[in-house]
Amino acid sequence: MDKFVEKELNGWGRYRGSRSHIYRPEKVNGIAAAIRSGKESSYIGRGLGRSYGDAALNQDGGVVLTERINRFLSFEPNTGVVSCEAGVTLEEILKVLVPRGWFLPVTPGTKFVTMGGAVACDVHGKNHHRDGSLSNFVLDLKLLLADGQQIRASRDENSDLFWATVGGMGLTGMILSVTLKLRRIETAFIRVNYQRTRNLDETMRLLEEEDQDYTYSVAWVDGLAVGGSLGRSILIRGNHATVDDLSPQQATQPLEFAHRRTWTVPPQVPNFVLDRFSVRAFNSLYYRRFRQHPVNSIIDYDRFFYPLDSLREWNRLYGKRGFIQYQCVFPPDTSRAALVEVLSRLSKGKIPLCLVVLKRFGAETGLLSFPMPGYTLALDMPMLGTPLLSVLQELDQWVIRQGGRVYLAKDACLSAEAFKEMYPRFGQWQRMKTEMDPQNLFSSDLSRRLQITGVDD
Amino acid sequence: MKQVLILGATSSIARAIASEFARKSVNLFLGGRDLAELEHMAADLEIRHGIQAHYGSVDAEDFAAHKDFLEKATRTLGEIDGVVFAIGYLGDQPRDSADPAAALKIMNINLNAAISLLAPIANILEEQGHGFIMGLSSVAGDRARASNYVYGTAKGGLNLYLDGLRNRLDRHGVKVITLKLGFVDTEMTYGMRGLFLVASPEQVARSACQTLRKPSGTYYIPPFWRMIMLVIRLIPDSVFKRLNL
Repeated sequence: MDKFVEKELNGWGRYRGSRSHIYRPEKVNGIAAAIRSGKESSYIGRGLGRSYGDAALNQDGGVVLTERINRFLSFEPNTGVVSCEAGVTLEEILKVLVPRGWFLPVTPGTKFVTMGGAVACDVHGKNHHRDGSLSNFVLDLKLLLADGQQIRASRDENSDLFWATVGGMGLTGMILSVTLKLRRIETAFIRVNYQRTRNLDETMRLLEEEDQDYTYSVAWVDGLAVGGSLGRSILIRGNHATVDDLSPQQATQPLEFAHRRTWTVPPQVPNFVLDRFSVRAFNSLYYRRFRQHPVNSIIDYDRFFYPLDSLREWNRLYGKRGFIQYQCVFPPDTSRAALVEVLSRLSKGKIPLCLVVLKRFGAETGLLSFPMPGYTLALDMPMLGTPLLSVLQELDQWVIRQGGRVYLAKDACLSAEAFKEMYPRFGQWQRMKTEMDPQNLFSSDLSRRLQITGVDD
Repeated sequence: MKQVLILGATSSIARAIASEFARKSVNLFLGGRDLAELEHMAADLEIRHGIQAHYGSVDAEDFAAHKDFLEKATRTLGEIDGVVFAIGYLGDQPRDSADPAAALKIMNINLNAAISLLAPIANILEEQGHGFIMGLSSVAGDRARASNYVYGTAKGGLNLYLDGLRNRLDRHGVKVITLKLGFVDTEMTYGMRGLFLVASPEQVARSACQTLRKPSGTYYIPPFWRMIMLVIRLIPDSVFKRLNL
């Protein structure tokens, strides 16, 4: 099928947007037909459009939606190996397979992403310190290459292509299907421990000393706390609950729970809803909700992993201006100094840090994958224009000096030079790209901005 | 109801209808041209709904092969409780109105394939005294428009054929449902301009399956198309031939 709709698309942050020709194939052959039609100079795949910046945008080019390429292809109930097409969402995998005792091995903070997108961004989750990123559980991929060939890639077969594709931002080819090893669970619940910390040192100390006790571990940081309270946090850590952990009522159907009611944010939200004062008030209330001593509770996986998913279209909360999520990682030896610098610089500025999340990372994976050992910090802030952009540029330089990097799935602002310094294995990736796709048939606004594929003009 | 045959199963509307049946634990036999797609679809239905989904290759225009296909499908399913005819082809009116071969292709796929595939099943259902035939047709069959009359003629013929089956089979306990679909958000209509009140395949599938609890007859999906088409049919020829529709 080679029919398209011309439309403006946005990244999730609603700051980057561009007009493109949107294709929506319904059959696997339709993807190939769209790409081989020669109608566009380039194409990029797009799942649910949850990357924050311009990763799934392609100005004046083709954007191929995978929303109707969404079939489960196989499932082994004994081993938890599932194979599905690129457009299957994490929500669907959970809905179908949690009742059978299997869970995603790695999940980001939203279930509204597709498998194709998750692999292309090599997403990580609250268990990265233990289990690494999603690609660690990807057994096999099927890719449509620029020359029209469909090939498999795994650790054993076309392994160079495999390591270039996980985290490769959809630029090595269209991911058609993914085979994934799931995690066995006894219940749909998480045994969570909430613990309040007074400052950054305590936060880091507890994460380092106790992370091995938790499959999932993350710190919600009060981004507007300053001075001696800088980096004060709520540690949110948990393990999959066993049947013995559940109340008698929950234990009767341990893999079921009552789903939350969802709300939808209206399209027009004024900017003051998330400004410095409202965010300060919220952070302070949230921080005080928890006492000094740890609190344990049993909550379903939906509340634990996806608190924002019950608020549909929450990106509208930032109003018309949109927002930026800046997520960076620092190696272990420079982490503390770097975190102090970033948090104090941003809390001193007039930037309302709406959501600040800190977590420890484990090992590196794909050539362009974001995670590396150390600390990752994710910061949500309204798009305040040039002043914010210049602060972020300074931050980029700071991150580079510390040997860290910025997450491409979130990024909307990085420069081509900064990108190359942050991703030292880009040269290796680029050799692969040149070999597989010399014409840059797979390109995006992000790949041109970062000069991954040619120069943006 | 335990087993249903879906003809033209890989279209997005047929896929959505198959999901509706599978959700109710109905085993399926999927017929279509693209075996790779059918394989994906069958696997998906089995994994999501725990049913048995079989599939086989059928080409609407290859009439000679229909008998073997139907034998295979009925043998695999054992008993057959119903059939959904979802084969359809819109074509390209400027070409189809000028080229007789292209026009005949439209007739073959939309109308003659229905006759060829449904006649043997009608006999089986009549004999067993229960079951249903559901045909996916279009509001385009209600009146032949200058811009779409070849397709409209085929769908109009399909409507009459299904009417006939209904009048023959109703007394034998076999339901015949004609679904006249308005605009649906599918590959067929994607990127077309000037569409309005477009329904999703899932909405159509839900309404389609609900008609199985209603009497044998013709149903518009979504229902407001009945009113729209009533108005369109009431326009006198003297006026209609001057309209740009």
